[in-house]
Amino acid sequence: MAALLDVKNLKVHFHTRNGLVKAVDDVSFSVNAGETLAIVGESGSGKSVTCYSLLDLLPKPPAKIEGGTAMFDGEDLLTCDKDRMRHFRGNDIAMIFQDPMTSLNPNLTVGEQLIEPLIYHPDKARRQDRATAKLRAIELLNEVGIVNSERRFDSYPHEFSGGMRQRVMIAMALINEPRLLICDEPTTALDVTIQAQILDLIKQLQKSRDVAVIFISHDLGVVAGIADKVLVMCNGVAMESGDTDKIFYHTENDYTRRLLDAIPEGAKTMANRAQSENLVEVSNLRTWFKDFSGPKLNIVKAVEDASLTIKRGEILGLVGESGSGKSTLGRSILQLAPTTEGTVTFDGTQLTGMSPAKLVPWRRRMQMIFQDPYASLNPRMTVFETLAEPLLYHGIADKNTVTEQVQQLMDDVGLARGHMRKYPHEFSGGQRQRIAIGRAIATKPELIIADEPVSALDVTIQAQVLDLILELVERHNLTMLFISHDLSVVRYISDRVLVMHHGVLIEQGDTEHLWANPQQDYTKNLLKAIPLADPKSERARLSS
Amino acid sequence: MLRFALGRLLQAIPVLLVVITMTFMLVHSAPGGPFSADKAVPEEVLEALEAQYNLDQPLWQQYISYLGDVLQGDMGPSFKYPGRSVNELILSGLGTTAELGMYAMMVAIFIGVIAGVTASMRPNTAQDYVPMTAAMIGICMPSFLLGPLLVLIFGIHLEWLPVSGWNQIPGDKILPAITLGTGYAAYIARLSRGGMLEVLSQDYIRTARAKGLSEFLIISKHALRGGLIPVVAFLGPAFAGLLGGSFVVETIYQIPGLGRFYVQAAFNRDYTMILGTTVFFATLIILFNLLSDMLAVWLNPKLRQQVRGE
Repeated sequence: MAALLDVKNLKVHFHTRNGLVKAVDDVSFSVNAGETLAIVGESGSGKSVTCYSLLDLLPKPPAKIEGGTAMFDGEDLLTCDKDRMRHFRGNDIAMIFQDPMTSLNPNLTVGEQLIEPLIYHPDKARRQDRATAKLRAIELLNEVGIVNSERRFDSYPHEFSGGMRQRVMIAMALINEPRLLICDEPTTALDVTIQAQILDLIKQLQKSRDVAVIFISHDLGVVAGIADKVLVMCNGVAMESGDTDKIFYHTENDYTRRLLDAIPEGAKTMANRAQSENLVEVSNLRTWFKDFSGPKLNIVKAVEDASLTIKRGEILGLVGESGSGKSTLGRSILQLAPTTEGTVTFDGTQLTGMSPAKLVPWRRRMQMIFQDPYASLNPRMTVFETLAEPLLYHGIADKNTVTEQVQQLMDDVGLARGHMRKYPHEFSGGQRQRIAIGRAIATKPELIIADEPVSALDVTIQAQVLDLILELVERHNLTMLFISHDLSVVRYISDRVLVMHHGVLIEQGDTEHLWANPQQDYTKNLLKAIPLADPKSERARLSS
Repeated sequence: MLRFALGRLLQAIPVLLVVITMTFMLVHSAPGGPFSADKAVPEEVLEALEAQYNLDQPLWQQYISYLGDVLQGDMGPSFKYPGRSVNELILSGLGTTAELGMYAMMVAIFIGVIAGVTASMRPNTAQDYVPMTAAMIGICMPSFLLGPLLVLIFGIHLEWLPVSGWNQIPGDKILPAITLGTGYAAYIARLSRGGMLEVLSQDYIRTARAKGLSEFLIISKHALRGGLIPVVAFLGPAFAGLLGGSFVVETIYQIPGLGRFYVQAAFNRDYTMILGTTVFFATLIILFNLLSDMLAVWLNPKLRQQVRGE
């Protein structure tokens, strides 16, 4: 039997001002009806470009398809005319995108967007009137698990949560019963428990409809349970393809090996360096915000009654889903967010209520690493300026010694000294995060609060940065609060873990102890939802 | 929505007060007076005139009594048109100016939005460069140059349209409307191009394409609403600007509108007339800004619900 989609020697190039970029270079794959192909690769690997080129969704120029064929049911998608392509889109091949927050039109109701493929069907004979289309849409909304779907039909996207929006996207993709569903990182923007639900849903719908699925992801764990075949891409080139089990258990390719090895797994391997002395004591801390955006003044209780201690020398993990208040708690400890009630004590001195001027010497001893190395570094300052600023401000270096100290810092974080005069945009994401880490340790702090320091990074880079952090903690005798939504990362790096949910610290314990014996239901669900790069256990979990 | 509007109107009170005070101080500190020009007037007559218009009183007293009158909606008598009040004069010109402004606005929106949207559909191609170059020229071209140019071409050379007048010969409103509207059309074209480009790069436009919608639907249904928000925000100030800036066009085409009074009043040191027209235009600007803000809120479902929730 011929495959439903057969892509051969696909080449997509971007003709940019900085020269030619071979985004996809000679990639071939095929999918049969009812089968799931996962395309896995790090950012810039060309996995999304591959799929966008199938539906002619790339901006041309700069993109140009240079060669290859993509036979869908006997017709070449790459050479068909615009009308024919419109016919394929939505009707035969549907797509789900990464970010459900931005992929739905905020100006139209969800219902209106759902019925569009039906009422404006490219095939005039198959167009439906609004009433029929609405019934069909409501039926599908029920199927993807939207409660109260009749009423929700007239809601706008902003009235849905991220997970619910992704369900709407899935319903929209399925409304014309496509034969191929392309999912472009459909769960990357979602919390881990929601991710598990969406993966379940996609698997379930695929089974009931016998539709072919192409699932794009950077996360091998996510695809382990749902993929029949895997294609691994790197820099536009197909590194390896084959059965899921073969790729995961018997890979012959070095790059795939590296991807699998980079996934943080298991417990922290370094010793717990915690001393008995408490460096930070937080008691009954409350951070409330006034939210003026709604019709009424709304009090957002971002942190509610948080009490915790951080021992000198330990790495304390803080996990929670988006909106749980974990970042606010971190910033409140550093007095970067205004606290409403409670106290924060650092090395025996109470910081809450201190004037900003008095806080300055304390700031030297507590530093922060932020999530997004693209946004947190000043684009108009060179690496040297970024690293020299805290040194000079806190009087750690003077004009004569600053260059030497900056060079020392760059050695510490693994950046070549020759890059000192470069600007942030000249570095990759991982290198930028190294700069940010260098800036944080420049003042020789005792406490570092790391707010999702690796979540914007690719998995191989993430592994390197995590090891760098562990090494620096050891070498500089640091204490760290490590905030992350990624439980595997937290397990890999921390000695002790706090779990935060809706602004409240609900559970804490030594990392391995907590993993083995979670007490709260929420923690149990959180741990259960972590996708593992092990197809056998993942399949068992999805089918249960 | 009502509370939102009322709140904004309350904010307008201090703004208007500042406008009145500043204008009052400025006109009274300008050299000369309403009766100092023209031929020499005997001292007694001048004194009598000044007494009649309360100009002999201390400045602060004049200011207080003027404020009192304005509060009651009375802008006082004109100094140069004896026996006629400022209210009367403004009303007499307002209809014509408003009509001219409205036509100019229609020209501006129609040409501007079409040019901007066309340009945004194929950025950095001829389809973009041609309308945008035209828009650049339109912005640079002052109406006192464009007006005579249009008159020369369409009125005198081709003899298609009347060269001046208002409501006298059929078609005499076309050239003034185009002259006044062109600059705004050019501005709207640039705004709508920018807004559309922004929206067309959004993820949800890609979603709409992936659904198989036609390019026409994508533009008209998914993109226009968001893409024209900058234009909507500009409409309020633009309309007020059209009314206020119409005096050049009114002078070129001999139109008996409001703009003429405004300029003449300044030359004549017609204190009450200057103040009256200024306050009137300031009120219009505030009102039209409010209207366009309300329209922008209404276009955004999220804001609409928040405002309605009050």
